[in-house]
Amino acid sequence: MTALTQSQFFQQLKKYYTFYTGGFIAFVIVLAILEQMGLSPRWIGYIFLAATISLYAGIGVMSRTADVSEYYVAGRRVPALFNGMATGADWMSAASFIGMAGTLYLSGFDGLAFVMGWTGGYVLVALFLAPYLRKFGQFTIPDFLGSRYGGNLPRTIGVVAAIICSFTYVIAQIYGVGIITARLTGLEFQIGVFVGLAGILVCSFLGGMRAVTWTQVAQYIVLIIAYMIPVVWLSVVHTGNPVPQIAYGQVLQKVTLKENELNNPATALGAAEASARAAFKAQQASFEARIAALDEAVAAGNGAALLEAQRTEAGSPADFPATPDALKAQWQKSADGAKAKTGPVAAHATPFAGKGAEKKLLKDNPDASAAEIAAAQAEDQQASNDKRRNFIALVLCLMVGTASLPHILMRYYTTPSVREARKSVFWSLLFIFLLYFTAPALAVLVKFEVYNNLVGLPFSSLPAWVENWQAVDATLMKIVDINLDGIVQLAEITIGGDLIVLATPEIAGLPYVISGMVAAGGLAAALSTADGLLLTIANALSHDVYYKMIDPKASTIRRLAISRSLLLVVAILAAYTASLKPGDILFLVGAAFSLAASAFFPALVLGVFWKRANYLGAVIGMLAGLGVCMYYMYITYPFFGGVPANEWFAIKPIAAGVFGMPIGFLGVIIGTLISRAPSLEIQQLVDHVRYPSLEGDIETRAT
Amino acid sequence: MQLSERHQEYWRKNLRITAILLAIWFVATFVVIYFAPQLNQIVIMGFPFAFYMGAQGSLIIYVLIIWFYARRMNQLDLEYGVHEGEE
Repeated sequence: MTALTQSQFFQQLKKYYTFYTGGFIAFVIVLAILEQMGLSPRWIGYIFLAATISLYAGIGVMSRTADVSEYYVAGRRVPALFNGMATGADWMSAASFIGMAGTLYLSGFDGLAFVMGWTGGYVLVALFLAPYLRKFGQFTIPDFLGSRYGGNLPRTIGVVAAIICSFTYVIAQIYGVGIITARLTGLEFQIGVFVGLAGILVCSFLGGMRAVTWTQVAQYIVLIIAYMIPVVWLSVVHTGNPVPQIAYGQVLQKVTLKENELNNPATALGAAEASARAAFKAQQASFEARIAALDEAVAAGNGAALLEAQRTEAGSPADFPATPDALKAQWQKSADGAKAKTGPVAAHATPFAGKGAEKKLLKDNPDASAAEIAAAQAEDQQASNDKRRNFIALVLCLMVGTASLPHILMRYYTTPSVREARKSVFWSLLFIFLLYFTAPALAVLVKFEVYNNLVGLPFSSLPAWVENWQAVDATLMKIVDINLDGIVQLAEITIGGDLIVLATPEIAGLPYVISGMVAAGGLAAALSTADGLLLTIANALSHDVYYKMIDPKASTIRRLAISRSLLLVVAILAAYTASLKPGDILFLVGAAFSLAASAFFPALVLGVFWKRANYLGAVIGMLAGLGVCMYYMYITYPFFGGVPANEWFAIKPIAAGVFGMPIGFLGVIIGTLISRAPSLEIQQLVDHVRYPSLEGDIETRAT
Repeated sequence: MQLSERHQEYWRKNLRITAILLAIWFVATFVVIYFAPQLNQIVIMGFPFAFYMGAQGSLIIYVLIIWFYARRMNQLDLEYGVHEGEE
């Protein structure tokens, strides 16, 4: 293939992937026909899993390489368009594919922070990083820090930070692979994790970045088709318009009208809703009374006796809590669960809703004094302002984090030129945009379906998809008739966010083969991201630590051998951690963005835009940024023993980067100004990265 | 190696384009969010305006910013003779 010119290469790729896309669609159609002929869902699941994973493995084997530049940066000849697709798949993880629409369904406007944050970051990639990193043209992000600031310390801090953010992120991906494989085939979660791991390894092990790139392009095509088809169909069913992104404005209006009706006890629907809420309130009170009784018994030394009595009353189930504390925790959870159902329906499109203190006051006490009303209004305003501040902080962290995550930045080393790198960022965001501007439409369409076609149904005739998902997983779908009127009320439905994407094909009345395709799309999203992350970690260790610091004279064969063994070790370590099902995985993913933003962004950007920035500045800036960010998470996040009372300006720990980043910038500036300007060679390096081509230029490209 | 006056000018232009595009990015993101409750009073095709921006409008602006930057900078490379040779 090396004999081909760049444009011939591009034409050839276009031919291959067009053929591949057609093949994938034909494959789905054949399965659909087989389903009509009686192929069972279980087999459809197996076939999807086996077919897609062996396809990715096939690409991986075909792209095997023994060339260092091919292994680390795919030979630097990935055309902008294809690098865009690969970046899209690299970027969109299981959280984007499956979780995003669910978050939007559950939190409405406030969930848009993820949509904006995970797209707007590419503006920063385009303006501040991609073209310059491409001109620099080495293999990893710590490479840039090492050359720009000199010495091993900036490189080492870069390696450590890259590993911290990529490892937390990759665990979440492998976890997602396990869940999806388990759901698709009925295998156990742990087995699913290792099947998925095999899928990841076959493609990155032999071919490194080259194999990962061409697999990611294939995975992007699968995931975008899988995401679009059910949403388009649902839109046709509900609105007659096959462009859901336009059509859902009308649907959103209907949803808003319905929300008002549900919240107005004067209407029939609102009255039924109020009765369900009252029933939940009673349930909450009953659990709270039981907790109080338990506390009293424990204080009097009779805790164990009460626990025994409760156990007998419950019929002594095997999973009954073993200690009074555990029983209390269980009751507290039930009380909180009931409490969550007692409030009014949140309006989908309304930003930063207050606590509803004023409404509550006027309901409880219609003759409240002007001072009391003013106090309640102030409380609402305060809650709303806090939400807005957190929204802004989160968007900023996600955006800057996007522009700092090494596995994304690394992709821009693979284009043939600076010119192509700039275009490639455009294609990346365009391909990501396709999914991200569809997710809010999907959330609204499913909400419409639930509000109109599920609420008000008798319990005796629930739709099949509700029954199915209730049987599969009660955390995803649960309906209980709390007020015993035999009719479904909105407050009686509990929906888990992940349900939205997974159940859409069934809600839209599509055959099972589409459900299988959606699961395969989720698998593609998780696998492609995991591929990119694992490669980032293994490369940081093999290239930056081993080759650059330990043995710069290592032979090519040795470097690749080390890289491959590390890939294997890291992958197994990550899969093992994921198979333990660590809690708070979503927090860890969000934390990766804040950490990356605080550690990398200031040093990378000032490295290009401020010639004076030097060694000491980079070291202080990166350490201080990372340090402040980690410290803030440590003092505020319960998982590490922190408490929310420690929050600064009521900012949640997930947005800790909002403090780490400015400190990072300040650190670089102060550290730089108190020490000498960098050497002439380094200043030349800065000029070198600023201009796509200079006469008498130095050469930094690694080979 | 000494940078010529034209090289300096190229870099200044690049900084100006970058600053302008960053300002647009800032308005499309943070100003919109800050005034979201007020902007939501305006309804277009069924969409409250701030909701529309967060779910679609700002995203389109981001795509356009990057498209424009790539086009403009690739032109500027040619104008100032700092473009790369064909590979």
